[in-house]
Amino acid sequence: MTEVITDPTPPILHGPSDKEKKYDRQLRLWAASGQQALEDAHILLLNSGSGAVGVETLKNLVLPGIGQFTIADAGVVTEADLGVNFFLDEDSLGNSRAECCVKLLQELNPDVKGHWLPLQETLTVQKVLKNDAKYTLIIYTYPIEETDLDFVQEYSIKHKVPVISVHSSGFYSYFRTYLPGNFPIVDTHPDSTATTDLRLLTPWEELSKFSSELTGDIDNLSAHEHGHLPYLVILLHFLEKWKAEHRSLPSTYKEKTAFRSLVTAGARTDNPEGGEENFDEAAAAVLKTISAPTLSSSVKAVFDYEPNELEAKSNFWIIASAVKQFYEKHKQLPLPGSVPDMKAQSTVYVRLQNIYKKKARQDVAEVLSTVRAHPGGKDVDETEVESFCKNAAFIKLIHGSEANPESIKTLTKSEAENDANAEMTMMPLSLLPIYLSLHATSHMSTASSSDILATIDQVYPDASTTPRYVEISQEVARAKGGELHNISALTGGMVAQEVIKIITKQYIPIDNTCIFDGITSRTQVLRI
Amino acid sequence: MSQPLMVSATIPGPSPAMASRWQYLDNVRRHTGPFTDPDMFDTSEAAVAQIEKMKILVIGAGGLGCEILKNLALSGFKQIHVIDMDTIDVSNLNRQFLFRQSDVGKSKAECAAKFVEKRVKGVSITPHNCKIQDKDEDFYMQFTLVICGLDSIEARRWINSTLVDLVDEENQDSLKPLIDGGTEGFKGQSRVIYPTITSCIECQLDMHAPRAAVPLCTLATIPRQPEHCIEWAHIMAWEQEKPFPKLDNDDPEHITWLYKKALARAQEFNIPGVTYSLTQGVVKNIIPAIASTNAIIAASCCNEAFKIATNTNPSLGAQENYMMYSGNDSIYTYTFKHEKKDDCPVCGNLARGLDVDPNLTLQEFIDSLAARPEAQLKKPSIRAQKTLYMQSPESLRLQTAPNLDKKIGDLVSNGDEIGVTDPSLGRVDFKYKLRFTSDFVSKDKLTTNGDAN
Ligand SMILES: [Zn+2]
Repeated sequence: MTEVITDPTPPILHGPSDKEKKYDRQLRLWAASGQQALEDAHILLLNSGSGAVGVETLKNLVLPGIGQFTIADAGVVTEADLGVNFFLDEDSLGNSRAECCVKLLQELNPDVKGHWLPLQETLTVQKVLKNDAKYTLIIYTYPIEETDLDFVQEYSIKHKVPVISVHSSGFYSYFRTYLPGNFPIVDTHPDSTATTDLRLLTPWEELSKFSSELTGDIDNLSAHEHGHLPYLVILLHFLEKWKAEHRSLPSTYKEKTAFRSLVTAGARTDNPEGGEENFDEAAAAVLKTISAPTLSSSVKAVFDYEPNELEAKSNFWIIASAVKQFYEKHKQLPLPGSVPDMKAQSTVYVRLQNIYKKKARQDVAEVLSTVRAHPGGKDVDETEVESFCKNAAFIKLIHGSEANPESIKTLTKSEAENDANAEMTMMPLSLLPIYLSLHATSHMSTASSSDILATIDQVYPDASTTPRYVEISQEVARAKGGELHNISALTGGMVAQEVIKIITKQYIPIDNTCIFDGITSRTQVLRI
Repeated sequence: MSQPLMVSATIPGPSPAMASRWQYLDNVRRHTGPFTDPDMFDTSEAAVAQIEKMKILVIGAGGLGCEILKNLALSGFKQIHVIDMDTIDVSNLNRQFLFRQSDVGKSKAECAAKFVEKRVKGVSITPHNCKIQDKDEDFYMQFTLVICGLDSIEARRWINSTLVDLVDEENQDSLKPLIDGGTEGFKGQSRVIYPTITSCIECQLDMHAPRAAVPLCTLATIPRQPEHCIEWAHIMAWEQEKPFPKLDNDDPEHITWLYKKALARAQEFNIPGVTYSLTQGVVKNIIPAIASTNAIIAASCCNEAFKIATNTNPSLGAQENYMMYSGNDSIYTYTFKHEKKDDCPVCGNLARGLDVDPNLTLQEFIDSLAARPEAQLKKPSIRAQKTLYMQSPESLRLQTAPNLDKKIGDLVSNGDEIGVTDPSLGRVDFKYKLRFTSDFVSKDKLTTNGDAN
């Protein structure tokens, strides 16, 4: 439920600051650390085409207080802009679109600084990107000149800056994230229902002692004491009983069901309620907590990964390698240290909490000493190690994205095979044809459906004869590269979420392309 | 990064002479697409102009409402109404982008309407600074479509039952599609409802189960979490000490009082974690909210509204009618058909079975209805063959109040049908067929035949 706070000093009695008041609803998601990361960031938008999706994205970043943003755009505001872009008005007609959008966006939040760069022959994308590492993240929209794409790529690699490309046209859109190198996340915010390891199968001495102290004379406990035994203690007690009888722990589903019956039978029923809530809680927790913890595939991916020389010097990989050593030695991850809420007397619950907290601190200390022994580990902050240990079961590594035209061919084929079985498997149809059709119009937004199909045929020769590809290319041609505000607003919302996740290093970003179909109202994330 | 997968050409420059304001909308409004329904879609001038005549109602001018108004204005809708009784708070400014610091304290509906009217030429937005319950059937009858961006489940239930009641089979215009959006953190959902025809908000109520309340005895005697201490201060200490005449969740002085009380209690029990922010969160039941999620859900709702109004592509509704969105771990959407329920208390007419312990008092039974995911009734009135309990009028409440202490088994029999209503939710009418879960021995019988020994 609530995180255990190690510092016992009570907080100072003062209300929230003005900033905390304004950002209250988002601080509850990404906390002050995430907010600081946002405020330190500077986003560059290379805008083009009908120009709404990038500006909608920025709106969703200016409101939560991104530090700075810059719009570079060659556009001059036309009538058509006013029909799709909310951050322009009648007075904007004929003026630089970059300048007008920045001025109206900036009104949303006085804490944010906006800059504009009207692209022209004397101010090219190349010039904009020639300067030092100034931007935290770059967003560009389609259509874009191929040469400009190269400059963006060069900047991204040189300065290790993430890039998101966004394409919105008619009822379709997609966006693609390019992360410079591998992107590890510690603070993934797992779902509240995700299981935490309570080590019931391998209790340490202090926990066992505490448990037997409470249950040594279980049959003679008063009704109140019996009805307030924490379910963890109930489970530990009956596990001991089971072990004595079976000489092993319940491991198969059948054994666990039998074990659950044993627990249920332990409840006293000769009371007015006809049962005990804490025993109900214990029985309900059996299947979830009585199993040896297994490494999730994402943690395994972190352990299996061999960081390159440069990566290996980063705090994340130094701590990851120490945690891996811990795991190899103990066959389990460091204890997270939190205890779920359960029916119990306050004093008993607090003691239980402290036992878990203490053990978690011991595990952190062990990992920390491994970290300190590492040549680069002297300056690693203890709180970083603590946070890693606490979240160890949920850490995640997103691999950097490199273009690989071969993989598109493979993906196209496998998605087509899935589609052939879609009716049987009741799965929705692949959205990959939307990506390929939009992508075919990257530099030429008014391409015809046959132009689009001819381009896709280069990677998927069956496209021109597949009805779904033909239909989707027709739908793309219908929009002539023009954005629909709703689709761009929706896409801008998703892109902004991704930018926030990448900048705060919290939650889990997409890997690496998200396609949206505004006709069936579905998304699909594919690694392309 | 670049792939050899594009039609090669240079980007054509903009040609301002050709540009017209609704050029991009017209690409889809005036041209048939591969998925448009030939029986429904019409590219004629008259059909394109149709959207300008439609009146559309937006309920809520908050996080979703601001986005919805902007989106509708840029989708070609010209006659928009917006209804909201709230005033602007400083904590709205991180996402409700039509409001500024200087607007704090003003009406949301009025500020939002004025802003969008000024920004988008030719659109008319009529604000209604009041509760949805203040408007009558005639008011709702004038609209073609209703879009909800609300954070209150009660208000959703009210408008849902009102729109279901509005449907008159003789009058096609009485059927108003209802589009509803909701968000929490990085997650949200949007849904399209054809009242009486497809699954309604009441049919889907159990998808949004209320959070389980902490038992009072935990708060009173065995707190373990900081939330327990805060709830104790909120429910018990406040009632006992009444430091101010009436608790105002928005008054920092009141929240500070609760925070200090909760903190003292937490220290007494060695419970860490009570903060001002948590106190505020628990007391006001704050749901985290951000601009980007609102943008996604509001745009999804408006995209469906646009498709329904223009037939430019198939919309959610008849088949798939519900989209779930989650951005916590990558991006995940699930779009599916929620089935209509025959025993829905609003759009169905069958009674549903309900297991009940006949030894409960009527009061205990009423309390249990608040926690049931499919009911969530806080102030229900109950009738069997005769009225068991009425919340209002006061005379009837007083007359039926003595039943609250009686046992269910003394009031009704196993297999009886009861009706449960809650006028604050509109015409929501639960029909339950009772199944007793244990034997019932009446107290009367006990006194007459009690001496079994
Ligand atoms: Zn219904």
